[in-house]
This record gives sequence, structure tokens and C-alpha cells, in this order.
Amino acid sequence: MGRTFAVKALERASGETGLVPGQIVDAYPDLYMSHTATWRCIKTWERMGEPELFDKDRIAMVMDHISPAQTAKIAGDHRLSRGFRDKMGIKNFFDVNAGIAHVVLMENGLVKPGNLIIGTDSHSTIYGALGALGTGVGFSEITAAWVTGKLWMRVPESMKIVVKGPLPAGVYPKDVMLKLIGDISADGATYFSVEFHGDWVESLSTSERMTLCNLAMEAGAKNAVVPPDAETMRYLAEHGVDLDTVQPLASDPDAVFERAIELDATELEPQIAIPHNVDDVVGISGVAGTKVDQVFIGSCANAKYDDLAIAAKYLKGNRIAPGVRLVVTPASADIMAKAAADGIVTTLIESGALITNPGCGACAGSGGAMADGEVTLSTANRNFRGRMGSYESSIYLSSPAVAAASAVTGVITDPRHVVVPA
Amino acid sequence: MSAVTKDRLGGKSIVFGDDINTDVIIPGRYLVSIDPVELGAHAFEPLGPEVQAKLKESRVVVAGRNFGCGSAREQASTCLIGVGVTAVVARSYSRVFFRNAINTGLVAVECPAAVDAITEGDEVWVDYEAGTVTVGDRSFPFTPFPPVLREILEAGGLIEHLMKKFAKEKS
Repeated sequence: MGRTFAVKALERASGETGLVPGQIVDAYPDLYMSHTATWRCIKTWERMGEPELFDKDRIAMVMDHISPAQTAKIAGDHRLSRGFRDKMGIKNFFDVNAGIAHVVLMENGLVKPGNLIIGTDSHSTIYGALGALGTGVGFSEITAAWVTGKLWMRVPESMKIVVKGPLPAGVYPKDVMLKLIGDISADGATYFSVEFHGDWVESLSTSERMTLCNLAMEAGAKNAVVPPDAETMRYLAEHGVDLDTVQPLASDPDAVFERAIELDATELEPQIAIPHNVDDVVGISGVAGTKVDQVFIGSCANAKYDDLAIAAKYLKGNRIAPGVRLVVTPASADIMAKAAADGIVTTLIESGALITNPGCGACAGSGGAMADGEVTLSTANRNFRGRMGSYESSIYLSSPAVAAASAVTGVITDPRHVVVPA
Repeated sequence: MSAVTKDRLGGKSIVFGDDINTDVIIPGRYLVSIDPVELGAHAFEPLGPEVQAKLKESRVVVAGRNFGCGSAREQASTCLIGVGVTAVVARSYSRVFFRNAINTGLVAVECPAAVDAITEGDEVWVDYEAGTVTVGDRSFPFTPFPPVLREILEAGGLIEHLMKKFAKEKS
């Protein structure tokens, strides 16, 4: 019987063979990511009596959730992290100027196919866009991994998702994921290793695959993966990875999937998650015309270069509607630099957008807060109550195309109804 | 019948529905703290002061499907400990919340039959050694934890478990 990607990845990481779903093993991750939670890991490590680190080169730290520091307390937390870096010689340290941890690690060649990567962020599933098994854990577990090099993991069952494309114009991978989460619900993939397969998935860029693997978490996935292929190798080479060191893993053709889902997206309309659950999803025709106070283009789901380019396409030559705030937070410094070099940033600014520094920004509640009764349309991955300011405010989720079109009109707008210059 | 022992925890219950997410359990703005009691003061704040007052008097959180979905923030379990909750009984959990609960020493069991039987305010007792949830005179079984998880819980969490192990290795 064939083995799944998850079984192979955990066999590699644990040194065990013959694993089956449901087993609990001690696995040794290749990388432990901590973001703004880093200071808590350090405090915990200090409480343990500062034991020796298992492998300091497997530690990666990114100051992304609250950047730059807003208070003296947070500045102190950042300083603690820098001090630890200096004292322990942590080479994979990215400061407040770098961007969102997930994107920064991938851009810096720290994520490779077949790797096991844990992070203090639920959206660590995103590493599957490069064929790695990425999964979120708490800061105690990251601290434990710093010291012991391992953590207990349950070998997951696998779910195969095949999407039939191509998508209609104006419809994007984000719409596919919102539709899927709406269909299978917020716990439809709980504990599963979710695999995306099929011609349409193979046609996607690594950035688009990130959107798939990122959002699989919102259906409860333990990890999500796109089998590595030529596009994966292209991305890795472009980001400085020596391809000779890469050992891709993928499910065998006869591997057993506990669940298989097929989604025909050839006639999909843009999708919207309505407040306050990610799986409350409707076609855009159901909510078009809803007034928005703020539009946020950001987060590890949809603030990559192609997302900004799509937004610019709809905003070029247009002004955002009076009374609407458009906040754009590029996912990384590299993305921001590229978007600045080719004029996308200028287009966004000319339309009336506020560009903030790269990072998690409003998605993590750092800036972009809403007052009572306000509405934000966001390209992020969560619309939970109170996530962006008032508990009495509302978040809708959409693709960058819907977000940009809606910023222009001031109401939720189907991008297919907006005429864009050729 | 109401004695708390090492493996038997419980008391008055507070009942929630499905898909209670981590932003509702502990909003992101409070993650600058690491102190369980300080965090506990803000547990379930988005649901309002009445729910918070009830929570303070409760020892067992009872919930529907997918409790703790969303963020990997460990404070979602720590804040419950800080407010005096000793156990969670739910239909199901998000993966990360379940890990964080065990790793912070919060007993979290899946027992749909018990959830069906519980009315808010009932005294609920969880015995994770025996694998039972007791509601009044009715008892509901759940799959007991594997030894490795029990060891972590008994130590009071993952870090305490490791510290105990290191101390033993040294002596």
C-alpha cells in the first residue's frame, strides 16, 4: 500500500518506518519558527534554567506581528529577542523591517520540500506551498523544541482536494478556498494532512499555492501541501536554495486518502466570508452593495506581489470612494521593494491607499482598528469578532480583486463588473 | 462525590456552542501578557461581562464542535487556567488548542455524549485516569489519554514535565 506525504515526512523526521495514521511519534523538525511570541519562548527558556539549545541553526525568529513596536513593553520584548540572538548566535533572525514570518522564511530559502517545520502561528500550514510539512504549535512547544529538538506528533490521515479549473476571469485561488471552507466547514479538515492535486493546482505559482495552503488551516488542517514540481524548483532556485540539497516527498499514486473532495471552479463566482466565521461563505451576489468603512489588503493569505499587482489593476486610474480607508500592508520587504520598483506602490498611493510597513499589520490587530459598527473588507484569513478593534465591528473576507474593486465603490463589489484598462 | 484529586477535576459548568475561536477566548490585544491571572481577566471578553462573570464561577468549560479554532496562541488555554477553569469538555477541538491545553496542563476531553447531557450550571467531573465525565449520577466514557500526554498533564504542562525530567537526569 502506498504511503502518503504526511507519513513519509513524519518517517523522515522521526527516523521510524512503517508509520500509520493515528500513531504518536517523536519527530525532529528541521526548523522552529517563532514570531512575536519569541520573547515568551525566551522567558520560558530562562525559567527552565537556560538549558543548552539542541541546534541553534534550526531556530528562526521573525518580529512580524507587532512591528514596529507600539509601546515600551513591546520594544522591550523585541530587545529581549535581539539580545538572545546575540548571546546565542541565532543566524536566522529577521527584525521588524522584514515582513510576515511565513513569507520571509520562504523568500530566504529556509523552507524546503520534505521538511518538517513548526511555528508559533497556526498558518504555518503555508509551508506546504513548497512541499514542506508545516504546522502551528504553541510557544511552550517551540521552547521545548529549542532544547530537546523534538515534539510529539500524531500521524495524520490525509485528504485529497482536486480543483477543476480554469477559473473565470476575476475569480482567484482565494475564492476557491473560501468556497471550499464554506462547503466543508471550519472543522471539515481537522487533524488532516490536506493535499491539493490536479491540473489547475499544478498551473499555479508558488505564491498562489501559499494562499491555498495558508487557508486550509481555516478548515482545521494540521498541514496542507502541494506536491513539489518544476514550479517549486524554480521558486527554490530563485531564492537561493541549492537544488542538490532538495529531496522532495510526495504521496505514492496508490496512497490511501481517507477523504477526497472535488471542486468544480470553472463557473465559480467571487466568494465572501461574512462575519464572524470563516466558513460563513456566500457568493458575492448575496452581499454585493454592503457598505464598507475600510478595506485591508494584507496578511499571509493575500498580500504577496501578485496580490498587490491584482489590486493595482483595479485601482489604476481610479480613486478610492470618499469615506473609505484603504490600508495596504505588503507581506514582506522584498515584495514591497519589487512593487515599488515597478510602479505598483505608486498606483496604490495615487488611488488613495495608505501603505504601511510589511508585516502582519491589521490582521494581527496592529493598526487598522475599527470603531463600533464599522465594517472592514479584508483579504486576510480570519474574520473573528473583535480581531480588528471593536467587538461590535465586522470583518468580511475576499480576494484582493474584490477588495480593490470595493475600495473604489465603497460597497462590496464584484470585480467582474468593473471595467479595467487593458 | 465532589473531592478534587490528581486525576479528578471539576465543578460548576459554563456551556458554549460550536466554533468558539481563539480571538473570542482571548483577544489578540492581550497577548502582550504572559500572566495567567491577568489573561484570565480578559477571557471571553468579546461575549460581554455577563458571560465573564459566569465564567469566574465555573470550573468546567463545556463546548460544542471545534472549540479553540483559529490562532495557535497558547494564551487561549492559559487564560482559562488563570480564571480557575480546570477542565474543558467538548464535542471536538481544533488541533492547536488541544495541544496547547495539554501542554499548559489544562485537561481537555472529547465527550459528545456528556456535552449532550450537560445543562449550564451542572456540576461536571472529569476523571482522566478512568476516562469518564460525570454529570450528576450519569457517567460518560471517553478514550483515555496515551501515557505520554498523561505524564505531561500530571507534571502541570510540557515545560514542567521537561524540567522534572532534566532534574531527574542530573541527580
